[in-house]
Amino acid sequence: MLRFLIRRTVSAALILLVVSAVTYLLFFALPSDPALLACGKQCTPQLLATIRHNMGIDAPVPVQYWHFLVGVFSGRSFGAASCPAPCLGYSFVNGQPVLQTLLNRFPATASVALGAAVLVLTLGVGAGMIAALRRGKAADKVAMGLALIGASMQIYFFGIVVRYIFVDQLAWLPLPGYTSPGASLSGWAGGMLLPWITLAVVNVATYARFTRSSMLESLSEEYVRAVRAKGLGPWGVYVKHAWRGAMTPVVTMFGIDLGLFLGGALITETTFNIPGIGKLAVDSVADSDLPMMMGTVLAASTAMVLVNIAVDACYAVIDPRVRAL
Amino acid sequence: MTSLLADPPVPEAADPTAPPQGRSPAKLAWRRFRRDRVGVASAAVVGLFFLVGLGAPVISWLYGKDPYTTYGQNQPGLLDDFGYPTGPMGGISGRFWLGVEPGLGRDVLMQLVYGIRTSLLISLAVVALVTLIGVLVGVVAGYAGGLVDYAVGRVIDVILCFPATLFFVAFIPVAQAAFVKPTQEVPTWLRAGTVVVVLTAFGWASTARLVRGQVLSLREREFVQSARVIGVSPARIVFRELLPNLWTPILISASLAVPAYVTTEAALSFLGAGMVEPTPDWGRMIQRGAQVYSADFSYMLFPGLAMLIFVLAFNLLGDSVRDALDPRSNR
Repeated sequence: MLRFLIRRTVSAALILLVVSAVTYLLFFALPSDPALLACGKQCTPQLLATIRHNMGIDAPVPVQYWHFLVGVFSGRSFGAASCPAPCLGYSFVNGQPVLQTLLNRFPATASVALGAAVLVLTLGVGAGMIAALRRGKAADKVAMGLALIGASMQIYFFGIVVRYIFVDQLAWLPLPGYTSPGASLSGWAGGMLLPWITLAVVNVATYARFTRSSMLESLSEEYVRAVRAKGLGPWGVYVKHAWRGAMTPVVTMFGIDLGLFLGGALITETTFNIPGIGKLAVDSVADSDLPMMMGTVLAASTAMVLVNIAVDACYAVIDPRVRAL
Repeated sequence: MTSLLADPPVPEAADPTAPPQGRSPAKLAWRRFRRDRVGVASAAVVGLFFLVGLGAPVISWLYGKDPYTTYGQNQPGLLDDFGYPTGPMGGISGRFWLGVEPGLGRDVLMQLVYGIRTSLLISLAVVALVTLIGVLVGVVAGYAGGLVDYAVGRVIDVILCFPATLFFVAFIPVAQAAFVKPTQEVPTWLRAGTVVVVLTAFGWASTARLVRGQVLSLREREFVQSARVIGVSPARIVFRELLPNLWTPILISASLAVPAYVTTEAALSFLGAGMVEPTPDWGRMIQRGAQVYSADFSYMLFPGLAMLIFVLAFNLLGDSVRDALDPRSNR
């Protein structure tokens, strides 16, 4: 187990290195000059050079990337301002430190992600199980029909329709938004309700369909037939044996989705105006705020990589066949 | 409907003395598909969308309007003092079948119709490129094996680890800036082109992974082994032995990819990274609709519903295609 974790961590670090290098080289090789924008109308060549130096963009791009890496591990300085150890630089637009902004935005993103993940997993897997057990019956057809409609639904359309009907017209749901759970737990849950429901409806479908087909596949396996022949009751067959075998691919998919959610659900956060990492990413793209953009890409890929390691570790718990490896 | 069933039904057992005819796998799949009522109906819906997209200029000519003219601003009475349509449901009338756009006062139906073209052109281009590159890379990696396979596998891993939507949104303006000076406006074809290129750059990886896996298992099968033993050239093995066995998964994944890219393209336009004014585009319409939905809900509703119907029909069609081509798959 330890060797497995070490190997995965090393490969994760390599992937992050490649992702950050590609991102940096692509974005910072831009022909547009952020220093010129920051310099304003009364710009002199000396002032421009100073600003460029303070932004840390006066070296060739590969050297800049090296400085960026050094900054992440041992800190760096931008002109007079010094930036301690895990340094991701400062925003070109408002001068805020990138790391601090990301940390401030993370709770909103995590709230959306975790709530939606719980809903998606329970509803999706539950519906898929029921559909598999009642294969070909009415419950199966209804569940799969709904799942298909959900899978064809778009967050930015469905979310606003639900908001219009249930918030604006009927006033059954509170306005979507983010309040810190520390300040008001009910305000937090209320504001998150709409994003959770929307993300869940759109994603549940995939899980239901996937669980159903995976479950059907594992129900036809030899080992399930064996435990059936041994006289185990239906509950034991479905839940203890078939379900465990069926969950491995579902967990893989869940890992990818959770990683994506934690990296900032761009469309959901934009639709409901939630100040998370996804909204930050969209805004920083609109402002050409390169360090911030870089920060959000790094945050998102880190989330992805970390969740995937966690998921791989979970296999051992779910599927006893993996443990032998 | 008749156009879809252009193939006249084969009269079965017309002549009992005739020798039984062998049926090709394609024929068998077609027979299975024709019996699938949901599949045929969704194919009709998808076909209708394609026809409307192709015939957009004809519809524009018959309907007497185009997607660019700001009717509401040119003619008094269509929009109220706040710029919202005066008629019911976003200004639906005999002249404007789906109403007029709030603010600019363009015709909603024509924007929807021309929006199909934008969506379909971009997504079909992406699917074609993704399939081509993915199959090429997948076959090479799977067949060559060894170091090539390892290298390709790691590249695929990295690409699938990129937060895709975020990267699309971030990279499309960058890609456009590489061609156009910041002061100039990006031409529409370049905008569409960068969307296609960026979506392709990340999309091929999953197709390549799928094809690679298939090739890996096919490579060890007897017919490929024996072809190799009798000295068949690698090119011939790939084209004559492997590819015919790969069509099914390739076709299935391509047919499921089209609706996925239609929605991705719309999402990018919704986030402001895809198509912009005045190009007719569903995502752009929904973005505008999301700003005005509380005053004019129908401007948001129509493009959303159009996309829902199209994507739903295409997903159903994809499922039916899979059932027809691969009857063993249980879904």
